[in-house]
Amino acid sequence: MPSAFKKALDSGKFVVTSEVAPSKGTNLEKMAHHVELLKDKVDAMNVTDHQSSVMRFPSLGGALLVKENGGEPILQMTCRDRNRLALQADLMFAASRGINNVLCLTGDSVMLGDHKEAKAVFDLDSSQLVAAVRTMERGKDMAGNELDGAVKFCAGAIVTPEANPIEPQLIKFEKKIEAGAEFIQTQAVYDLDNFKKFMDYARQFDAKILAGVILLTSAGMARFMNKNVAGVMVPQNLIDEMAAAPKGGALKKGIEIAGRMIAQIKEEQICDGVHIMAIGKEEVVPDIMSAAGLL
Amino acid sequence: MIRSITQQKPMEEIEHLLEGMDRIFVIGCGTCTTLTRTGGVEQVAAMAEDLSARGKVLTGTTVVPVACDNLAADILSEFGARMNQADALLVMSCAYGVQTMASQLGQMVVPAQNTLFIGKENAAGQFNEICTQCGTCVIGETGGICPVTTCHKGLVNGPCGGTNNGKCEIDSNKDCAWTMIYNRLKELDRLDSMRTYKKPRNHLGEPGPGKFLIPAE
Repeated sequence: MPSAFKKALDSGKFVVTSEVAPSKGTNLEKMAHHVELLKDKVDAMNVTDHQSSVMRFPSLGGALLVKENGGEPILQMTCRDRNRLALQADLMFAASRGINNVLCLTGDSVMLGDHKEAKAVFDLDSSQLVAAVRTMERGKDMAGNELDGAVKFCAGAIVTPEANPIEPQLIKFEKKIEAGAEFIQTQAVYDLDNFKKFMDYARQFDAKILAGVILLTSAGMARFMNKNVAGVMVPQNLIDEMAAAPKGGALKKGIEIAGRMIAQIKEEQICDGVHIMAIGKEEVVPDIMSAAGLL
Repeated sequence: MIRSITQQKPMEEIEHLLEGMDRIFVIGCGTCTTLTRTGGVEQVAAMAEDLSARGKVLTGTTVVPVACDNLAADILSEFGARMNQADALLVMSCAYGVQTMASQLGQMVVPAQNTLFIGKENAAGQFNEICTQCGTCVIGETGGICPVTTCHKGLVNGPCGGTNNGKCEIDSNKDCAWTMIYNRLKELDRLDSMRTYKKPRNHLGEPGPGKFLIPAE
């Protein structure tokens, strides 16, 4: 049976996904609160996998928590920490517990995180992980052995539409779709004219595309992302708009900008939906959706 | 020419490794660590001076032509008495040399270096790691640039999302392997090779530790 998220993607509606970040520790109250807040508003919630290589509660556990609390989880899986045995095992575990959406990622370098001396794995890459999901759906493991019970996933991947140079990224993007990615959540996009050009190209592929929207919380944060986050480009006019917000009003302005962008994406049918990343400010996702006219 | 690239350990670590060993004989190498200026004549002299200042007794120093050569022990035999007086031999070669000494000399051997990689000198004083001897060479499909080595994550299907302006996620001074491969293949009109999906890598090229025996004729 297709997952609720898969049904939403196939329904043709404007799909909204968001993120919940697992906790640093076993206190899951905050995550549970975010799930409660978002479960009836978004179509699915991505559960991040040691985001930025910072060790946290596992995405698999977080996805279970979402499920147990009545939400629709998208299990994020990176190839950084697990070899092909562990990845396949976790896919089977997820499938056995009703987690049927997965976002396949390469993963950040461990050097970016809080356990810099750890051994990185990268036995597989993101496109190979998507292919592995499809193989396991056919009842086989990656070595060709029969599985006693297959998996079933709505599998996706990411793309960075603002990458420079873009061509190598697009080749990888096409490989992910060829490997079986049904949906794509993009890195944050701010220049929608640029994004439309990307969509003119991406429309030819049979995959649903959700535009990444990262909530701006200050002009400084926007400048920081421009300098430090690969493939994120906040245009100067948005930085100026953030900077001009009255004291204490930057978050409100950020919500307004995110809402405005989402409304435009929906109105102009630029792509199939949005993926809202309110890093550390998950509680304002409903406000962003309201600002976009979605609630 | 390929070289073993080394970096001297911090003196605090060397001091820790030599704890309780007062009499030291220092051995340099006339090949790789001379070229990288980590274990040649000058660095051996400087190390001897530093150790003396830290209260060690230097029973002698020398620089052998090739520390990883099995003849190194024979060459060192002329220093037999002075080496025997030492509590430890501090070896300023790469780990190949250190292990050669350790297996041949029957004395406590302490490395002064960390061996970083086997590298190629691309410009005067600049060394790059371009092959990690993985045993399952893929560069026939990547325009002669090794993604297993040159990509920080060893990816074989194209770049990760961390690449920025043709540079690597971990260091804006490192080129992104997949930008380089893309440019090379484009130049050669062979981009199809990059578009072809590559299966997960075979990590069973030569199970470590590598061992090779020339077949008998």
